[in-house]
Amino acid sequence: MIREPLIFELSAKGKRAYAMPALDVPEAKGALDGLAVRDGIEGFPEASEVEIVRHFTRLSQQNYCVDEGFYPLGSCTMKYNPKINEKIAALPGFAGVHPYAPADTVQGCLEVLKRTEDYLCEITGFEAFTLQPSAGAQGELTGIMLIRAALAKRGNPRKVVLIPDSAHGTNPSSAHLSGYAVQEIKSNPDGGIDLEELARCMNEDVAALMVTNPNTLGVFESNIRRAAEIVHAKGGFLYMDGANMNALTGIARPGDMGADVLHVNLHKTFSTPHGGGGPGSGPVGVVKEMVPFLPTPYVVRTANGYGLDDDRPDSIGRVRGFYGNFLVVVKALTYILALGPEGVREIAEIAVLNANYIRKSLEGIYNLPYDAPSLHEVVFDDKIQKDAYGVTNLDIAKRLIDYGFHPPTMSFPLIVHGALMIEPTETESKRDLDGFIETMKTIAEEAKADAGLLKAAPHHSFVRRLDETAAARNPVLKWEKPKSE
Amino acid sequence: MSYIALSDDDKREMLARVGVRTPADLFHCIPEGVRLRRLLNLPPAMAEPELDRHMSGIAAKNTYGDYLSFLGAGVYDHFIPSIVDSLSSRTEFVTPYTPYQPEVAQGTLQAIFEYQTLICQLTGLDVSNASLYDGAHAAAEAVLMIHRLTGRNRILVARSLHPQYRETIRTYTRNVGLVIEEVGYGTCGGLKSAELREKMGDDVAGILVQSPNFFGVVEDLKACAETAHARKGLLAAVAAEALSLGLLEAPGKMGADIVCGEAQSFGLPPAFGGPFLGFMACAKAHLRQLPGRVAGQTKDVDGKRGFVLTLSTREQHIRREKATSNICSNQAWCALRATMFLETLGREGLREMALQNVHKAKYAATVLSKIPGVKLRFSGPFFNEFVLDLPKDAAAAAAALKAKGILGGLPLGGFEPDAAKALLVAVTEVRTKASIDRLAAALEEVLR
Repeated sequence: MIREPLIFELSAKGKRAYAMPALDVPEAKGALDGLAVRDGIEGFPEASEVEIVRHFTRLSQQNYCVDEGFYPLGSCTMKYNPKINEKIAALPGFAGVHPYAPADTVQGCLEVLKRTEDYLCEITGFEAFTLQPSAGAQGELTGIMLIRAALAKRGNPRKVVLIPDSAHGTNPSSAHLSGYAVQEIKSNPDGGIDLEELARCMNEDVAALMVTNPNTLGVFESNIRRAAEIVHAKGGFLYMDGANMNALTGIARPGDMGADVLHVNLHKTFSTPHGGGGPGSGPVGVVKEMVPFLPTPYVVRTANGYGLDDDRPDSIGRVRGFYGNFLVVVKALTYILALGPEGVREIAEIAVLNANYIRKSLEGIYNLPYDAPSLHEVVFDDKIQKDAYGVTNLDIAKRLIDYGFHPPTMSFPLIVHGALMIEPTETESKRDLDGFIETMKTIAEEAKADAGLLKAAPHHSFVRRLDETAAARNPVLKWEKPKSE
Repeated sequence: MSYIALSDDDKREMLARVGVRTPADLFHCIPEGVRLRRLLNLPPAMAEPELDRHMSGIAAKNTYGDYLSFLGAGVYDHFIPSIVDSLSSRTEFVTPYTPYQPEVAQGTLQAIFEYQTLICQLTGLDVSNASLYDGAHAAAEAVLMIHRLTGRNRILVARSLHPQYRETIRTYTRNVGLVIEEVGYGTCGGLKSAELREKMGDDVAGILVQSPNFFGVVEDLKACAETAHARKGLLAAVAAEALSLGLLEAPGKMGADIVCGEAQSFGLPPAFGGPFLGFMACAKAHLRQLPGRVAGQTKDVDGKRGFVLTLSTREQHIRREKATSNICSNQAWCALRATMFLETLGREGLREMALQNVHKAKYAATVLSKIPGVKLRFSGPFFNEFVLDLPKDAAAAAAALKAKGILGGLPLGGFEPDAAKALLVAVTEVRTKASIDRLAAALEEVLR
């Protein structure tokens, strides 16, 4: 297969893909006076329109995506992204609006924000939401800052945040950035919150417990109410990471579980596409006590419609510009309205059915390190294949690529060695699930018969296994003009 | 509308294999006490034609599009070539996740690598990350980065930095023991260099200055860099109007150690404030403290060139609380659009677009400041945005202009204490001479 060159290697002096209309104002003498003007941009590309179109079309063909096939990347909720969402978000009435426009000219945008907030409150059981955070990690940061503000208001912001060893890395990082020391708490033998350990760690220095529920094993924390009581009894807050909300929509609400703060990922549960790494959106929901601390501005209902409230003295302030990744919010609202209450419940029902179908079909062929019932995702590991044939989760993952599947999440959560975390989501057909299951069985057979085949996989991709160690050791992070030219 | 792909037979078969009777049985692991025993109170499901009508109806409530707009202030209306929309909406770019499996994500990874190269060329620095959330976030990350690099806790931030960026910096630094001090601006609209020198002590990590600044005025970055470096501090230059980099000297060439900001101008619509594109580049020596994802070049087992996410030991999924940032998802698709935009405009096109901005803004400033009582508030050079001092309250004038179908700019009364009569006007290449003349005529009328 021929690799598409870099645009800089295609570039040739004088080629154009764009023409400016003639300048229609008089060119003022001295317009550039006082400005340090550059000579030109060294190395900047010059290419024709058709070359650029082919360049990106070919690059796109080297990507695997949800619209191509099964993408069981655990904890990322790679469900189908409805096309109407894209169409609505591209409407000039949304995409073309300047964020500093007067409120009466942007009532539609404010309605989108307020109604999305209303629906998220209903789905999760919270009092209010901010839609400002740009992604899940920024939602976490916002949430922990809200907790800090609420504790400070009570008189003492405290020092420590408790985080289970199964948590996403963003949890400790966000807590640290909010000025807290992180104390890891060990999971119990089932991979869940260890209540005794929690009770031991919980004291008046602890600001919050951060819990992902269902946890990163895809298991519901059945002790969540009890955990909330332990935390609340000592004056702390329960932060819930809603990355796995896809298991719960219409079934159970974090607000009813004792959580005080929650972030959800619109790019996971609410079907907005991930765009190869973002933009996401990480709205944060809170209980009543924490509403005054939400970031500014906050969208409010007024006598004439909607407005933006900037005058919130207890607010933590803004966490980014304007009102969040607005067009992502538009897509999520479109999605919620398409589904309605039955459809939103069906998300969780079918996501959990699909995950359990995979679990049941592969149990015994792949090792299940934790036996607790699965919700929306199932975590296997490579123990069987590794012990017998030296085949690792990486080999299995790379071999899946040869069969036209995206690999599951690997090596996470950290409490599972050699993890293969499979999250099918609710939008897969039985035919695709069966195809994946059969392929996983085939790979298990291949591990027996020809481990080398797996070790050398993938065989049928644009590139084969890449040397990531060399990439990190000698970083080449941009194109450089060859010295000979 | 349902996006479920299972038939009733499929469901029956699957439930049977799992060993339960109904989907509800799958949730027995959730204690009764926290189960929701009712349907959610949401509007009933809509079929696509209804949904289309409904959402289009909400969009139509936005009347912004009916106005001739000269709003800027960090968000700019620039032409977006058709191929950007067409190519970026390819589903192979829209619907993958972060490229954790490089063998099936070479398209995204190569595009990031090209993006990083373009950002380095524009900023005049060695390395770029793959994106941050937006300009405000990038500014906050820059402050944290210069703190980590120097181990010093005081940071000087230009008062002329975008107010939302300053607010975001406050939020991000409040809980980690940093002291943010503002440096004022003079009558030229640029930083007061004497005040800057005076405040720049040996305990100061560095300086954050925006150019063109919030008032549109281009700062003397060279002087700022000298002041910072004289005390072994660092300079982070912020560009909220990234198009300026197409014409003005690269900040990295003028001594900036970090260049970051907002690249919405590169192929992203105003979108009521997002998604936008935070960018950040730095000198090679500072690479290990750079926040966010980075793509790098390597080889596969056959020796073929390929790209991977690299240097992840800086990041949260490896380093957890010791990471350089908590960022995980970024604005990859926005960076892709910027890459397409920049490659389409190319070396000459970008410069021409930037130049037209200067000429049109200059023309507008000239015409507008001829109106009796109207003058430019600052004497410093500007790129595509400037502040007018009006003979009356700017908010009132803006309201009167609005009645004539024009959003003439952003009144600065709410932003600066003594700026009730100041109006921030942006003029990009998409505003025609006729529309500028229309603004001038209308302003003259409302001020009469």
